[in-house]
Amino acid sequence: MISEKFTVEIISPIKSIIKSETQEVVIPSYEGEMGILKDHIPLITFLRPGIIRISSEKEKKFYVEEGTVEFSNNQLLILTPMANELSLIDKSFIQTQIDEVEKKIINDKVSDKEKYFLSYKLDTLKSLN
Amino acid sequence: MPSLDDLKKRIKSVKSTQKITKAMKMVAAAKLRKAQENAERGRPYSQKMQNIILNLTKSANNSDNSPKLLIGSGKDKIHLCVVLTADRGLCGGFNSNICKLAKSNFKKIITEGKVLKIITVGSKGLDQIKREYGKYIVKKFSFKDKKEISFNEAEMIGKEIVDQFNKNEFDKCILFYNNFKNVITQIPQAQQIIPVEKNSTNSDTENSLTYEFEPDEDEILEDLLPKNISTQIFKAFLENAASEQGSRMTAMDNATRNAGDLVDKLTINYNRSRQASITKELIEIISGAESL
Repeated sequence: MISEKFTVEIISPIKSIIKSETQEVVIPSYEGEMGILKDHIPLITFLRPGIIRISSEKEKKFYVEEGTVEFSNNQLLILTPMANELSLIDKSFIQTQIDEVEKKIINDKVSDKEKYFLSYKLDTLKSLN
Repeated sequence: MPSLDDLKKRIKSVKSTQKITKAMKMVAAAKLRKAQENAERGRPYSQKMQNIILNLTKSANNSDNSPKLLIGSGKDKIHLCVVLTADRGLCGGFNSNICKLAKSNFKKIITEGKVLKIITVGSKGLDQIKREYGKYIVKKFSFKDKKEISFNEAEMIGKEIVDQFNKNEFDKCILFYNNFKNVITQIPQAQQIIPVEKNSTNSDTENSLTYEFEPDEDEILEDLLPKNISTQIFKAFLENAASEQGSRMTAMDNATRNAGDLVDKLTINYNRSRQASITKELIEIISGAESL
């Protein structure tokens, strides 16, 4: 295992959620899951609903719905309106979210892009449940 | 010359006013600490967001394809001004400072022959603006019933603005709010959010990295720009909240001090007239005795 570390920071509008050293981060990027290691080339992308996994001694997982990611100079920056640590989410929250999404997704007015987002949200939530 | 009783009553009323202003100052001080923390914690998000956009715009060269939110509609005809103020008064010059700046801008826009549209957030600003510029107000928001303004409210306003922009309702959007510098200094600010103002100052300091974009720049920009508008509005909210409390604290501190001065002055007056009346009575008694 290469022990080269880089810093990862998740920031929400209200506060900085986490800032730590890590070896690898897996993010649910818009076009698929993406693993980021040290010395990745500079990157800007955005997120779809999914799980961010930050691996250090103890793996941390965060549930996100959207956000923007920038990686440069071995600094990974994740800007998101909301990121919940998995261990802190309670089941009832997930269930109500699932119900909401299921209602929304059958609505015809929703655009394709939104449907894409919603389907991922549903999948992620179901996998958590 | 007011009677002794009147003076006594006035002293009492000033004292109770002083108690109120003192209490308000304490409350403001407690709230300020929280609001200031929030404002400081919220700064990185909006700053980093702006940085990312800057990086994106640097690499997105073909300006024809860039999203309209970034480069504007190409016209400069209709200006939308978003004025953010508080819902409560008694905070010194906080609300009027924003309105003063906004009004001077309104005047400029009108004299230049451009069309003015106004969105007000917070009831105090609306009260000050509607007399002179009431007919330009297209929308008003107030979060009086909310205890704390969250990102959702900012997003709501942001969406409204983006919607109107997409309907070609305006060409340029300016945000008015108070920037929190420290407890006694708040600077009213006008920030242009659409089209994005390009900061020329820090463009050369950052060495241009070549980024990998996934998906391509334009698509990211299209996703990011509406979010950026909400973020900037939220930042303005946070700065405003901290400024409001800071401004209220200093205003109430002054009020408490003034009330103290007034009480001192009135007490001297009261003692003087009490003494005068005693002297008068003595003279009357003496002269009465003499005449016997």
